[in-house]
Amino acid sequence: MNQRIDTHVEQAGAPQGQSSGQFQRAEASKRGRSRLRPRTLLAIYLVFIMLPIYWLLNMSFQTNSEILGSFSLWPQNFTTANYMGIFTDSSWYMGYVNSIGYVLMNMLISISVALPAAYAFSRFRFIGDKHLFFWLLTNLMAPPAVFLLPYFQLYYSVGLFDTHIAVALAHCLFNIPLAIWILEGFMSSVPKEVDETAYIDGYSFPRFFVKIFIPMIRSGIGVTLFFLFMFSWVELLLARTLTATNAQPIGMIMTRTSTASGIDWGTLAAAGVLTILPGIVVVYFVRNHIAKGFALGRT
Amino acid sequence: MVNKVYNNRAWLLVLPMLALVAFSAIIPLMTVVNYSVQDVFDANTRFFTGIEWFERTLNDAGLQAALLRQFAFSFTVLAIQVPLGIGIALLMPKRGWQASAVLILITLPLLIPWNVVGSIWQIFTRGDIGLMGVGLRELGYGYNITRNPVDAWATIVLMDVWHWTPLIALLCYSGLRSIPEAYYQAARIDRASKWAVFRYIQLPKLTNVLVIGVLLRFMHSFMIYAEPFVLTGGGPGSSTTFLSQSLATMAIGQQDLGPSAAFSLIYFLIILLVCWVFYTAIMNMQKDKAERGGV
Repeated sequence: MNQRIDTHVEQAGAPQGQSSGQFQRAEASKRGRSRLRPRTLLAIYLVFIMLPIYWLLNMSFQTNSEILGSFSLWPQNFTTANYMGIFTDSSWYMGYVNSIGYVLMNMLISISVALPAAYAFSRFRFIGDKHLFFWLLTNLMAPPAVFLLPYFQLYYSVGLFDTHIAVALAHCLFNIPLAIWILEGFMSSVPKEVDETAYIDGYSFPRFFVKIFIPMIRSGIGVTLFFLFMFSWVELLLARTLTATNAQPIGMIMTRTSTASGIDWGTLAAAGVLTILPGIVVVYFVRNHIAKGFALGRT
Repeated sequence: MVNKVYNNRAWLLVLPMLALVAFSAIIPLMTVVNYSVQDVFDANTRFFTGIEWFERTLNDAGLQAALLRQFAFSFTVLAIQVPLGIGIALLMPKRGWQASAVLILITLPLLIPWNVVGSIWQIFTRGDIGLMGVGLRELGYGYNITRNPVDAWATIVLMDVWHWTPLIALLCYSGLRSIPEAYYQAARIDRASKWAVFRYIQLPKLTNVLVIGVLLRFMHSFMIYAEPFVLTGGGPGSSTTFLSQSLATMAIGQQDLGPSAAFSLIYFLIILLVCWVFYTAIMNMQKDKAERGGV
């Protein structure tokens, strides 16, 4: 395949009529090498990405005595006991249910209030719009550690402490501004004539928004949901502070593996592997949008 | 960009969002401001202290050291991640199943909960059971992140590079995808060097996504908490204790409401200031360029 591309390129250069056959051959082999090198470098990077994950996977299929007793590059006595332990203990698997529960709630809340707001920012000027937008972005920069104590008090006093909705609302702090920021970019890249034509055709605003506008920024919404999932799923500091038992995230339950008698490495690794799986599912769904969508409409 | 219409009814579209964010942001922030100027003994006894807590926080040697470490860390990871991310984006295959596979693999680290990232690297680097820990010892290097601050520091930087370079790479990758093929053809006809193609075609197209990438990376690296907390616990000594961890220790561990609130506000303001300066600088640069006629 390399060869074919090379000749192609050569033909493009040929009309200048200066290159001798020898020169072409030298050039071709140089290009062949220079296409091989990127592949090697990329492969090295991918190995770097996968190694720690592989090691986690490796540990999750070993018993603790094997992990601590002998050093091996792959499981010698393959076991799924660690996973079975998690799937049969409700206090373990409920952690996943809790985490997924508040993440989905947060995605739903964030996207439904961010869509109209982003539309307003991308299409209209209004009193205080720039200040409002800047204030929104500052929330993205607020370290969660700053809000630990006030959040605890606030949610405790309104009776939401230790519920899923409390964590979902708390994550809105950074997810709504992020969603508006991303969506605004996508919406601004849709020409305004689209809106005007639709109104002339007699569409009302809500109908236009749902029927025409939202389908037009599909990939933008896909990428936004990806980011919402990502930042809500990976955050632990706030989620941990706002929950005690009923809505405890999996990240907090994992700390149970470390006890006075040592760390239960096998279970910790298996639990870790299971936290990666929802991410893989999400990436799989948005894989076709990522390539274009990550530019966030701003190119 | 579209020309915007002046219409104050747009506020109606913004209101639901405003109500939610205000609940999550303004009320807690006011609580912090409230604490930062008072000395709270119990529910009924409190004294107004003015700026005493702020003065104390700014003069605290431990916090100053944490701030310096934080800046050093943020700039180190940015200096590695931005060039590396651009490089990876240039190397990634452009189409076919290979492109999808590479995309999915590269995105993986971004979707792992932050404390699990800490656990993964803890398992990976332990001297007795970790691949990297055992590997480095086999090679004769006395690697130990619980004793040697340099090892701990290097491991945290490596972990952050592993964790976050994909974000920059993905942003750049999608920026590159938006360059029309005709640009490259024109460059080939001109016999432009690879560097010239990068400098005059690819890099200008990447500016916008890179601004977003650098801003996001700066903010998050400045707020880093869970990963070093799990991996090193801030040690050895306090060599990897960053600002968030100092703050959490102060607010939750020691229950020092006043000082930790003052610390929170200063922390927040530093991030705001850096982001604002960076953003304004970039925007002015672009405006200058546009005025000079080049793009």
